[in-house]
Amino acid sequence: MDTTTVNIIIDGKPYAARHGQTIMQAADEHGFHIPRLCYHPRLSIEGACRVCIVEVEGAKNYVASCAFPVSEGMKIHTNTQEIRRARRDIVELILDNHPDDCHTCERDSNCELQRLAASMGIRNRHFKGEKKHYEKDLSSASVIRDPNKCILCQRCLRICSEVQGVNALSHAFRGFQTVVMPAYNLPFAESVCSTCGQCINVCPTAAFVEKNCTQELFEKLNDPSIIKVVQVAPSVRAAIGEAFALEPGRNMEGQTAAALRRLGFDYVFDTQFSADLTIMEEASEFLERFQNKDRLPLITSCSSAWMKMMEQFHPDFIPNISSCKSPMVMMGTLVKTYFAEKMKIDPAKILSVGCMCCTAKKYEAERPELRVNNMAAVDMVITTRELAWMVKSAGIDFINIHPESFDLPLGLSSGGGAIFGVTGGVMESAIRTAYEMYTGETLVDIEIGALRGFSGIREGKITMDKDEIRVAVAHGLGNASELLDIVRKNPQRYHFIEIMGCPGGCIGGGGQPYAGVNSMPLDENILKKRAEALYSIDRAKTIRRSLDNPDVQRMYKEYLGSPLSQRAHDLLHTHYAPKLPQGILPIESTVK
Amino acid sequence: MNLDATKLSELDAFMAETAHKTNSHSYVIAVLHKAQQLFGYLPREAMDYIAHAMNIPTAHIWGVATFYHFFNLKPVGKHPVSVCMGTACYVKGAKLVLDAIKEELRITIGETTEDGIFTLQETRCIGACGLAPVMMVGDKIYGDITPKKAVKVLAQIRKETV
Repeated sequence: MDTTTVNIIIDGKPYAARHGQTIMQAADEHGFHIPRLCYHPRLSIEGACRVCIVEVEGAKNYVASCAFPVSEGMKIHTNTQEIRRARRDIVELILDNHPDDCHTCERDSNCELQRLAASMGIRNRHFKGEKKHYEKDLSSASVIRDPNKCILCQRCLRICSEVQGVNALSHAFRGFQTVVMPAYNLPFAESVCSTCGQCINVCPTAAFVEKNCTQELFEKLNDPSIIKVVQVAPSVRAAIGEAFALEPGRNMEGQTAAALRRLGFDYVFDTQFSADLTIMEEASEFLERFQNKDRLPLITSCSSAWMKMMEQFHPDFIPNISSCKSPMVMMGTLVKTYFAEKMKIDPAKILSVGCMCCTAKKYEAERPELRVNNMAAVDMVITTRELAWMVKSAGIDFINIHPESFDLPLGLSSGGGAIFGVTGGVMESAIRTAYEMYTGETLVDIEIGALRGFSGIREGKITMDKDEIRVAVAHGLGNASELLDIVRKNPQRYHFIEIMGCPGGCIGGGGQPYAGVNSMPLDENILKKRAEALYSIDRAKTIRRSLDNPDVQRMYKEYLGSPLSQRAHDLLHTHYAPKLPQGILPIESTVK
Repeated sequence: MNLDATKLSELDAFMAETAHKTNSHSYVIAVLHKAQQLFGYLPREAMDYIAHAMNIPTAHIWGVATFYHFFNLKPVGKHPVSVCMGTACYVKGAKLVLDAIKEELRITIGETTEDGIFTLQETRCIGACGLAPVMMVGDKIYGDITPKKAVKVLAQIRKETV
């Protein structure tokens, strides 16, 4: 990084900036938060919205501060009356083409455009603009696209190409007719979309939202003939507090379980339990392949967006993918088999709901190959955001509610199950268990620092007896593709790979609460706090290895036999196949 | 739809010429032009083919193809008919010519006749204001056109084509 100091003047006062910084970056460091809309710190500079304009003395026009570099002696004005008016007009012109339906919009009170309009002081409307009239795209199981709400900031297509490397979206046509859409304006469901939902996370308005099924769920919860069973993913508890304006990183596990009971669920189970089970199967699968010298590296399969992307973009790796179902589907399967048998319930009467940090899980739940005895393993998936809304809508005092525990026999988990939600967590858990399975000894240093943190691709080594096991971790689909390219060039480099589709892992999932007033979506500091919430759950547990979970041990003894047994294979494993349309990874990748 | 193999190999040859150049991706517009020249328009299969051959995501190819008006996304007739709606042509009655053609061909702007012979387009000034109003059929310009003359020209062309 260039550290040459540049002296600039912002609103009449001198400040130091660094050479190469944009005006916005320099101003941010000195407490000037210039209004902005299309800008996102993780994405390339677009300069599309012009909301962040400032006056630079000597420049002919106002400049977009997100794109304009500082220079020595630059005199910048961020808040003159004239700038304020110009900015207000820009935002007002955006509003004039935007539907006037804030009070019935899903992003009401969570909308960046709305907040911006409020901060501009737009209290009168001077212009009447043409509105857009497009059909909503409801085809995807996970993501709804509504071009009428789109303000063309292009964050969605930038995250889809630059961070995820999926390139499902582009702007098509031109001028006022410009629409962000998949290739050939095909339904989303027929595109290369991985259903990760990151477009929802970064969209400032409601042009992308999840396929909401809360009303349908409320209806089912009020039906006394149904037995309602829910499971909660690790990352939901680490983030849901944010939807209630709590500081990020609060563990709301007990409150979540209590609120779900008050919503009407009969049994509240923990996906962390089935995460432990996943580790038992996956670690066994790894050791079997390692000992038999079968195809390696073994690649994890928990992340549903990653699985869809793999089938469309990387089908050459199908033989490397773990056959383990995801923890959510393992749980759903056991609810409709083991649990139903144990409780003597007709599984057809069970409604199995997944409460997930993820939009791709909605897609996964509909995969036909994951059905169990002709029933869906998971009937319905709601995101963290949907759960938060349901809790508010039902009038449950989430913040002050007395914490409760999960129900047994599918509610007890090890620390290894909790850290599934953070990038690197599955690998760390797998090593904790595989080490003991392989060597017969207990791994002492179970917190594996090399696998923690947020750099895109991380590597680690562990010695089991005399064998060196080389592992790698990637999070975000763009990094995943990059890691697979390394493997294509050097197939012997790793034995075991963890891939998570979203930045930060599930904690950064496409179904997590929208960014609060003072933060950006996918803010890395918030992701770190969510991660820390899960790491502290792990540290607080007496049982930190999946294979020490007594309820998992009991399940094998009573029901499954042993890991990779015939029954385990029938219930907990699946298969993958190439899917169309085939994805294209640009060689000169724009992925960071 | 299957793309014609001969045309595809011509497209392949064209792409091969661009492949080794620096920033080969930037030749995508030229390649799309070539495809349109070969197929008459840009069939989805051709865009898919180019996307995979050039390693450019299909969504991006679609973005380019829809951005430029020159690219046709639907099949066009053998003879594109364009009526100039530039200022000079307009004041000399181009609108009446256009209306007469619409009625005669029973299509509106952007559409193709059922027999696949004509596609109707309107265009901005083509720089032949001295001949206004002007109609183009393919590359041929017809000046001082009237509604009657236009209909006659088209009837003649149809006769020659069928």
